[in-house]
Amino acid sequence: MRASLGEILITRFIRIAGYSAVAFIGMIFVFLILEGAPTLGQVPVSTLVGERWYPIEGQFGMLPLLFGSFLVTVGAALVAVPLGVGTAIFISEVAPRWARELLKPLIELLAGFPSVMLGFLGIVILAPQLYSILGLATGLTAFTGALLLGWIALPTVVSVGEDALDAVPRTYREAAMALGATSWQTIWRVTLPAARSGVLTGVLLGMGRALGETMAVMMVTGNAPTLPTGLEAIFRPIRTMTATIAAEMGEVAQGSVHYHTLFFIGIVLFLTSLIVNLAAASVVFRQRTRGERMLS
Amino acid sequence: MVNLALAWAEAYQTIHPESRLSVTGGGSGTGIAALINGTVDIANASRQINPEEVADAKANGITPVEFVVARDAIAIIVNPGNPVDHLTLQQISDMYSGRIGRWTEVGGEDRPIVRLSRETNSGTHVYFLERVLRLSDPDNETFFSADTLLLPSSEGITSEIRYNRNAIGYDGLGYVTDEVKVVPVSEGPDGPFVLPSAESVTDNRYPVARDLYMYTAGEPSGGILEYLLWILGPEGQSLVSQLGFVPVEGEP
Repeated sequence: MRASLGEILITRFIRIAGYSAVAFIGMIFVFLILEGAPTLGQVPVSTLVGERWYPIEGQFGMLPLLFGSFLVTVGAALVAVPLGVGTAIFISEVAPRWARELLKPLIELLAGFPSVMLGFLGIVILAPQLYSILGLATGLTAFTGALLLGWIALPTVVSVGEDALDAVPRTYREAAMALGATSWQTIWRVTLPAARSGVLTGVLLGMGRALGETMAVMMVTGNAPTLPTGLEAIFRPIRTMTATIAAEMGEVAQGSVHYHTLFFIGIVLFLTSLIVNLAAASVVFRQRTRGERMLS
Repeated sequence: MVNLALAWAEAYQTIHPESRLSVTGGGSGTGIAALINGTVDIANASRQINPEEVADAKANGITPVEFVVARDAIAIIVNPGNPVDHLTLQQISDMYSGRIGRWTEVGGEDRPIVRLSRETNSGTHVYFLERVLRLSDPDNETFFSADTLLLPSSEGITSEIRYNRNAIGYDGLGYVTDEVKVVPVSEGPDGPFVLPSAESVTDNRYPVARDLYMYTAGEPSGGILEYLLWILGPEGQSLVSQLGFVPVEGEP
């Protein structure tokens, strides 16, 4: 049977849409390389790995920025993972139907909440409270940023995790119950391991969101490019890579050393999230093949 | 200063619909470079033109003519609960560079000093670095302490100082609100300690104030002269006050 014109057009459209996504990623990467790579010729590597970031005097040490992004992202994970996975388990496994149908859309609504509003709440409420409750020198710290970022990453972790738990076949749970397992044993030993790859995907997507988040972080972390002197660094101001790009890109002269260096930070940021994603993919892949072997 | 230039251009165009003005931002260096290249009639700058730039302009057959069109004061602000009631420029420099770490060393409470600054892309940041941290000495290489908080907006500085008794910050006089305390400042070690105000800036008693300039290519004439006279006249200068800058007095 000959395909109708409409069908041909739709097939074409879908194919173009698919290729264009790949092409856009490729173009972004090429653009980043073209704009960022000149830095390596203009700034000595010893400066780039230095510990002082003060671009108007030619100091482009990126270590404090890497450290800042690392600290808030790990902090956000410590907030979002237990809370998010717990919430996902509650919604999928424990909550009665009416609570589930209320909670799920509410949490997805939270995902659409503009981060600049969260940042504003962070400045006006969270920072002053942390300052007076914890007795900090200032409320604008890595800890404040991690709390907010955890909050921002939470809906992603919950939503994707809950979908994964929901996709675990009923028969798994029934089999566990039939063997005499309690609800808790079923959740912890059967359902959660079966949904592990999906839950992990949710966690990593959430971390990606935290790593790339800019506005809220710029508003509440104080943006001081410092290196840690100890564990108390979590309660000190830090400066992330994203906040640096956002704060400085607006006024930088195009084509200057500073301009190229900001794009170089962009490359580092891009590679960091790529590595996180690849690592996650390999973990997920390995676990799935092992699981499949056991089942077959 | 781009806000001021935009406000002037907008107001002038409503009075003189036949005039055509367009304003572009990008920093003082950008404006002066455009004047040297002959692509603009007027360059706005929050710093004075330097000798190399004058030489470049003359090489292109352009003689820059300078007009001081407004003045700007930077206020030193702390939390209203902070008992410190005067500071010298040297003390402020030492606080921001990290040589002084606690308020007791400048006569305050036993608290750590939390330094607040605008982001490095702000003209105010650069001015503060040169005028206060380096005390206008070109050979001085003092830096901001690395743990200085760089906040993206004036509002960010105000909202931090509002609750934080450890904090010290600076901001254009026009942005200062009742929720923060302005500290009197002196140039030398023994005073006099002066609060920023239109009066103390006009008679040069307040030390952290700067002129804002307009440069024209050659002596202005025709429409450009009319525009400059309007800016320096009562209407132009009332806009200066409205935007929180300090007006200049007298005729050009």
